[in-house]
Amino acid sequence: MAVDEGLKIELGKQGVIVTSLQELYNWGRRSSVWPMQFGLACCAIEMIATTMARYDMARFGAEIFRPSPRQADMMIISGTVTKKMAPQVVRLYNQMAEPKYVIAMGACAISGGPFKQGYNVLKGIDRYIPVDVHIPGCPPRPEALLQALMTLQKKIDGQPLTGDNRPPFLDAEAPGEFPVPEQGEHDLEPTSNKGVWPVPLVIR
Amino acid sequence: MKTVEEIKAAIEKAVPGAAVEIVMNPGPSAQNSLRIGKDHALSIATFLRDDAELALDFLSNLTGVDWPDKEITEKVKIPKQVLKTVDGVEQTVEELVEETRKRVEPGHLEAVYHLYSMAKKHGPVVMRMRTANRTDDVTLPSLTPVWRSAEFQEREVFDLYGVEFKGHPDLRRILMWDGFKDHPMRRDYVDPDDFEYEPTPHDEVLARAQAHKNKEQGAGNPNQVVQEQAASGGGR
Repeated sequence: MAVDEGLKIELGKQGVIVTSLQELYNWGRRSSVWPMQFGLACCAIEMIATTMARYDMARFGAEIFRPSPRQADMMIISGTVTKKMAPQVVRLYNQMAEPKYVIAMGACAISGGPFKQGYNVLKGIDRYIPVDVHIPGCPPRPEALLQALMTLQKKIDGQPLTGDNRPPFLDAEAPGEFPVPEQGEHDLEPTSNKGVWPVPLVIR
Repeated sequence: MKTVEEIKAAIEKAVPGAAVEIVMNPGPSAQNSLRIGKDHALSIATFLRDDAELALDFLSNLTGVDWPDKEITEKVKIPKQVLKTVDGVEQTVEELVEETRKRVEPGHLEAVYHLYSMAKKHGPVVMRMRTANRTDDVTLPSLTPVWRSAEFQEREVFDLYGVEFKGHPDLRRILMWDGFKDHPMRRDYVDPDDFEYEPTPHDEVLARAQAHKNKEQGAGNPNQVVQEQAASGGGR
């Protein structure tokens, strides 16, 4: 439903609020994104700093860090995901209630970062779970995490409730749970979830 | 503190039959080390800890070294009977002939210990121990009964190098998961081929990227199919 933006402001001045269900719904979702209390490496220190008084992530609605995945809306993958840890990360993501979002914070969570050529580090968490926002940096500054949160909020704001572009949690067909990788004899099995992360074609 | 030579003499006096060798370090640090035989290791370690003058009561660091099988090519001069024409007459003459010979020096795994004394404030004394080979006889005696700090470090050496410490109270992998079969710090470890290669690889990475590419083309490039599947939906 389209309401003219100027008319909305004009009505607001008169004490009349005009909104749509979608707008109200998305406003509610984006203003209370509760992150999961979960840190993996040095990026977690920056994440902690972001929540403290100086940067104060609570201003944006990502208020309380929940120690249980059942109560959290957002997972901040803050640091290196080792292959030993990866199944637990995917399992925690599966245990979160919909709607759920993922921010991959820092070079390691995006791609393995400085450990990309190592045998024991997962080359990006997006091999197993869908990531909404990637933050580059090693580690990213607290401002970058705030920017990522604002980007995520913009993304939530733009999601229609019906139609083909609706978010996956409103789509009964979309997968809600992602297979947890097994720790095999030489590597994780499978090495990636092909439905989430198509193996990039290296062209040269 | 005593020099390595003095420590060697003290060990040999205290532990009869102990095999101690000095490994010289020609670098500027001149940190020479003692290589001890594994048969008397426990009594040598106990002596080093309990001796009043040495009192090496703190094991600061324990790590491993992998010495793979080494192929040595050398040129040897061997006397041989050779047919030769000397002064127009053919005759057999004994002559030195150069020959290249190859021999394989068997490899082994090594554990390195850095010992300090908290009581005497001296150290480090570097101690080494070698396994018989690096395939089937990879046991070393555990020094956890002597220094408690060896426990986790021996587990790490077991995990990454595959040295089995006999007498360790709880020998499990510590960094990799239990089902893991390889020993990643060994020189012949093959990394999993699981990262996208950068557009301009070089050196070792180039070789690996090339091998990866060959493997991909050999399998009729399954990635193409995967990409098409992803494009037709299923992505979140």
